[in-house]
Amino acid sequence: MSEHIVSKKTYYTVFLALLAGTALTVVMAFVNLHNWNIVVALLIAGAKASLVIAFFMHVKYSSKLTKMWVAVGFIWLFLLLAITMTDFLTRAWLVYKP
Amino acid sequence: MSSATAIPSEIADVQWNGERLNYLNNGHGLKSWLLTKDHKRIAILYLISVSAFFILGGIFALLIRINLLVPQGEFPADTYDRLFTAHGVIMVFLFLVPAVPAILGNFLIPIMIGAKDLAFPKINLLSWYIYMLAGVILLYAIFAGGIDTGWTFYTPYSTSYSNSNVLLAGLGIFVAGFSSILTGINFIVTIHTMRAPGMTWFRLPLFVWAHYATALVIMLATPVLAITVSLMAIERVTHVGIFDPAMGGDPVLFQHMFWFYSHPAVYIMVLPAMGIVSELIANLSHKNIFGYKFIAMSSLAIGIFGFLVWGHHLFVSTQSVYLGLAFSFLSYVVAIPSAIKVFNWTATLFKGSISYDTPMLYGLGFIGLFLIGGMTGLFLAALGLDVQVHDTYFVIAHFHYVMVGGSLMGFLGGLHLWWGKMTGREYPEYWARAAMIIQFVGFNLTFFPQFILGYLGMPRRYASYPPEFQVLHVLSTAGASILGIGLGITIFYLLWSLKRGKRAAANPWGAPGLEWRTTSPPPTENFYETPVVTWEAYEFAPIETMEVLGYPGDPGRPTQPVHAEHGTED
Repeated sequence: MSEHIVSKKTYYTVFLALLAGTALTVVMAFVNLHNWNIVVALLIAGAKASLVIAFFMHVKYSSKLTKMWVAVGFIWLFLLLAITMTDFLTRAWLVYKP
Repeated sequence: MSSATAIPSEIADVQWNGERLNYLNNGHGLKSWLLTKDHKRIAILYLISVSAFFILGGIFALLIRINLLVPQGEFPADTYDRLFTAHGVIMVFLFLVPAVPAILGNFLIPIMIGAKDLAFPKINLLSWYIYMLAGVILLYAIFAGGIDTGWTFYTPYSTSYSNSNVLLAGLGIFVAGFSSILTGINFIVTIHTMRAPGMTWFRLPLFVWAHYATALVIMLATPVLAITVSLMAIERVTHVGIFDPAMGGDPVLFQHMFWFYSHPAVYIMVLPAMGIVSELIANLSHKNIFGYKFIAMSSLAIGIFGFLVWGHHLFVSTQSVYLGLAFSFLSYVVAIPSAIKVFNWTATLFKGSISYDTPMLYGLGFIGLFLIGGMTGLFLAALGLDVQVHDTYFVIAHFHYVMVGGSLMGFLGGLHLWWGKMTGREYPEYWARAAMIIQFVGFNLTFFPQFILGYLGMPRRYASYPPEFQVLHVLSTAGASILGIGLGITIFYLLWSLKRGKRAAANPWGAPGLEWRTTSPPPTENFYETPVVTWEAYEFAPIETMEVLGYPGDPGRPTQPVHAEHGTED
C-alpha cells in the first residue's frame, strides 16, 4: 500500500499526460461542437482526474478495499447528479405541449 | 460455552476495590480531559455537551408548545419562527446526529471489537472540538437574532428574503458536518483494521454493524450538505442565481441537494439506535438474536437504499411526476429492511428469558413507537395521500415518532444498558422504570394528537390556528410537559447515581459481548490483555451458569453481582 514507491519516470509521464490534457481542453474550446461541447470537456476533465487519483493519490497501488471506497464515492456522486438531472429532464413532460 | 465467563476472577476481585485504576481516575483535572486521546473520555465529553444541547433544544420545544396552547398564539409570529427553527437546528445537528455514534459508539466500538482505542485518537478529539465550535456558532446565531427559515433552509426564502442569521447558521451546520465526517472515518477504519484476533465480521455485535452502516452514510452524505449550504451562502452573499428563480436559479435543486443529505441523515440518527436495540433485546432476553445476518445486512441495506428515497420530500414541489413515482416506490422498498429488524427483534423475544429492566422497557418502547413512526412514513410515501398531509402536523408526528420514539428511546435504552460500564455506578432501577413509563405516556400524549391535527389539515410552522384545533393542541402541550418531567427525572437520577449509585458489576446482564468481559469502568487500555474471540456473537451462557456471571438465581432480577461481599454502597 503506502510503502509502494512510484518511479520518477511514472510521475513525469503522468504530468506530461495532464499537460497534454490541458492543451487539448484549450484546443477544444475553440471548436464548436454545440451540444457536445460540455460532453467533450467533461470527458477530458474526467480522464485527467482519473490519472491524478490513480497515480498521484496512489489508488492504483492500494488495496482492493481502498479502491472500493473510491469507487463508492463516485457512484454516490453519480446518483446525486443523475437522479437530480432526471427530474430536470422529465419535469415538463406532463404540461409541455409543443 | 464456558469461555463466556472470561472475566478472570482476579479482575473481578479488584473490580470491587474502589482504588482500582480505570479510565476515569487515570489522570485528574480539566487538562487531562480536554487533551485526552482516550475514546472513552472523549465519549464522556460528548455526553456532557450533547446532553446540554438536548436540554436547550427541549426548552425550545416546550416554548413552542406553550405558544400553541391558545389559538392566537402566545408569542409574535416571527418569534415563533425563531423558536421552532432553534428547536429543529439544535435537535437535528447538535443532538440527533452525534448522540448515539459520538457518545455510545465512541465509547463502545473499540471495546466491542477488542481494540485499545479508535484508529485515529487525535482525530477523534478534533471531532469533539469541531463539534463544540459548531455549537458555539449555532448558539450565537440563535441568540443573536435567531434564524427564521426552519431547519430546512428552503430557498429562495433563505437566500433572498430572510433577514435572520442564515449565513451564521449555515456556517455552523457546515462545521458540524466535519465533526460527523471525522467520526465516520474513524469508525470505518477502526472496524476494518483493529478487530481483535478471532473477531470476524460475522462475530461483530450488531451495534458495530449498525455503526458501520451509519459511518458509510455519514461519509457519503455529509459532504453534500456542506456543498448545499455553501451554494446557499454564495447565492445569499453574491446574488448569483443558483436557487432563486428570480435570478435564473432553480429552487427545487436546493431541495434535491438538501434532502440528498437530510434523508440519509434520518438514517444516521436511527440506525445506531437500531444497533442499540439489537443489543438490549438480545442481552435482556438472554437469548441469541434471531436472524443475526439479516439484521446486519438490513443495516447496510437501509444505509444504501436510504440514499435513493430523498425525492419523497419533494412530492408537492414541481418535481417530475415520473421521478416522484420512482421515489414513492423506493420509499416503500426501504421499509423492508426496517421491518426485517422489527420482526427479528420480536422473534428474539419469543421464548426468551426476558428481564423487564429499564433498557428492555426502552427497547420495547422503541419497537412500538418506531413501528407507528415507520408505518405512518408509508402514508407519506404514497404520492396521493402526501398531497393531503404534506407539511402538516401529520409529518411532525411521523418524524417525532421515528426520532424521539426511535432514536431517543434507543439512546436512553443504550445509556441505561451501558451506564454502569461507562461510569462504574448503577442507576436506580425503580426510578428509571418510572421515568421511562412517564416518558412513554408523555410522548404519546404529545404526538398522537398531532397525527389527527395533521390529518384535519393543521399546517406545520404556523404560530396560530383555528379554535377548533385547540383541544388537540392542549393535549399535545400537556403531553410535552409530562415528557419533560420524565426526561428531567432521568437526568436527575443519572447525575445522582454518579455519587450515590451502587458500584456496577462487570457484567450485570449476563451478556457475552466483549465489553462485558472487562471491568466497569474499563481501564484506559480497555482490556488487561488482548482478548482472543473464540465464540460467536450473542452466544449466551446457559441459564444455570448465570450464577457465576452475577445472577442470584432469578435471571429477571440482576441486583447482586458476584463478589458483592466486597461491594460498597456509599
